[in-house]
Amino acid sequence: MIDQFVIPLLKILIVLNATLVGVTYMVLLERKVIAWAQSRLGPMRVGPYGVLQPVADAIKLMLKEDITPTKADRWVFTVAPIISMVPALIVYAVIPFGPVVRLFGRDVSLYITDINVGLLYIVSVASVGVYGIILAGYASNSKFPLLSSLRASAQLISYEVAVTLTLVSVILMSGSLSMVSIVDSQYNARVWFAFVQPVAFVIFFIGGLAETNRAPFDLPEAEQELTGGFHTEYSGMRFALFFLAEYANMIVVSSVATTLFFGGWLRPFPNVAALHFLDVLPSWTWFLLKSFVFLYIFIWVRATLPRYRYDQLMRLGWKVLIPLAIANLVVTGIVKVMLF
Amino acid sequence: MAEAITFYTIAACILGFAALVVTTKDTVHSVLFLVLDFLFVAALYVMLGAQFLAAIQILVYAGGIVVLYLFVVMLVNLKRAPEAHQDPHRLSKLGFGLACAVLIELGVIIVSGYMKAPPAALAAPAVLPVSGNTEQVGWLLYTSYLIPFEIASMLLLVAMIGAIVLAKREL
Repeated sequence: MIDQFVIPLLKILIVLNATLVGVTYMVLLERKVIAWAQSRLGPMRVGPYGVLQPVADAIKLMLKEDITPTKADRWVFTVAPIISMVPALIVYAVIPFGPVVRLFGRDVSLYITDINVGLLYIVSVASVGVYGIILAGYASNSKFPLLSSLRASAQLISYEVAVTLTLVSVILMSGSLSMVSIVDSQYNARVWFAFVQPVAFVIFFIGGLAETNRAPFDLPEAEQELTGGFHTEYSGMRFALFFLAEYANMIVVSSVATTLFFGGWLRPFPNVAALHFLDVLPSWTWFLLKSFVFLYIFIWVRATLPRYRYDQLMRLGWKVLIPLAIANLVVTGIVKVMLF
Repeated sequence: MAEAITFYTIAACILGFAALVVTTKDTVHSVLFLVLDFLFVAALYVMLGAQFLAAIQILVYAGGIVVLYLFVVMLVNLKRAPEAHQDPHRLSKLGFGLACAVLIELGVIIVSGYMKAPPAALAAPAVLPVSGNTEQVGWLLYTSYLIPFEIASMLLLVAMIGAIVLAKREL
C-alpha cells in the first residue's frame, strides 16, 4: 500500500513543486545574471537582493486581468497554454535524480518511475508540446502570433530531427532506452558519454537551445520583428503558463543532458576509490549541480550571443547539424561493431 | 474487472473522438480531436503492455504527422467554402462499399479468432532470447519480420525521394 501509492504520490508532489519553484527562481537567476553581464544590479527591491521577486511576479501575474480577444478561437485559446505546460511537467516522471537509496528504513528510488522506453517517452512527450505553440498562434487570430508560431514550430520540428539522431547514438552506446540503465552503463563504461560522444553532445546542446526557443535561436520571440511572439495576445496567468513552460523545458533539456552525457547522479570519477570523500555530497546533489551548470550556460549564451537570422537558423539545422548527426551515428555504429 | 472498465472507457473515448473528427465543422478542432484520438490509442497500447508501441504512436502520429496536418489546415484558406460539386453524394456509394468491406473483414477475423485455438505466434515471445519490451520488438523486427521491415523501409525511401523530386524540379 505505502510502496504502491503513498511514496509515488509523495515523489510526484515533491518533484512538481520543486520544478515550479525552480522555474520561478530560474527567471530571477536569468534577470540577475544578464544584469551582471550588462553591469547592472537587476531586481533589488523585493526582499534582500531581490530574492522575493518571483513571489511578487507570481502575485502580479495571478491578479492581472485575463483577456481573451473577441475574434479569438475561444476553446483553442484556452487549451493552448495548458498543452504547452503539461508535457513540460510530465517529462519529469522518468528523469532519475538519483539511484535507489535507504530513507527511514525503506528502499526509495530517487526517480518517479523507470520505464523500459524512458528516453523515447521523453522525446514523444516533448513532440506533443509543439501543439501549444502552434495553437496559441492560430487561436489568437492576429498576424504576429501566427507568424511567430509558424516560425517556432518549423524551428522545433527541424531541430528535433538532429536531437533525436544524437539520442540514437547514445542509445547505441548504452544499449538501453531506460534512463536509469543509461546512467548505469556510464558507470560500467567508466566514462561519461560526453567524452565518448562529444559531437553528439554539442549537437544535442545546440538543438536544445533551439528547441526551447532560447537565444541565439529565439526567433519566435524576436521583439523587433514580431512584437511579443506567439503569446502576444495572452495576459495574466495564461501568459505565465507559456513562460513557465519555456523555463521548465530548459530544466528538462539540462536534466536530460546531465543524464545522457554527464553521468546523471554519479560523482566525478565514480570508479576511482581515492575520490571516495566526494561521496559526502549525496547523489542527487551531483545531479542538481550538473544540471545547474547547464542552466547557467543557457543564460550565459543568451547574454553573450546575438540572434541568428531565420535562413541561417534553418541552414544550420538542416545542412550542418542533421548531416553531422547522421555521420556521427554511422561512425558510432561502425566503431561499436568493430571494437565490441 | 478494473481492466475491463479501463478498456471500455478508452475504447469509448477512441470511438467518440473519432466521430468528432469527422463531424466537427472547424478543421483545426477536427485535427485536435485526431490528436486526442491518437493519444487514447497509445493509452490502449500501454494497457496491453506494449509501451514501445505506445511511445512510437505518440512520437510519430500525435507528435509528427498530425503537426504537418495542422500546418496544412492552418495555411490553406478554408474560410471560403470550396465550390460545391454538382453531385455532393458522388462518393457515398464507394464509401459505403469500402465500409462494408472493412466490416466484413473485421467480422471474419473475430469469428476465425474464436474458432481456432490460440495460434502459436502468441506463445512465441516467451522464448525470445531478450527481455524488455523494446528489445523484443527489435528482435522480432530483425528476425521473423525482416523482409516486411525492409520492404517498408524501401517504401519510405521511395516516398522521400519522390517528395524531393516533386519539390525540387531542377537539381
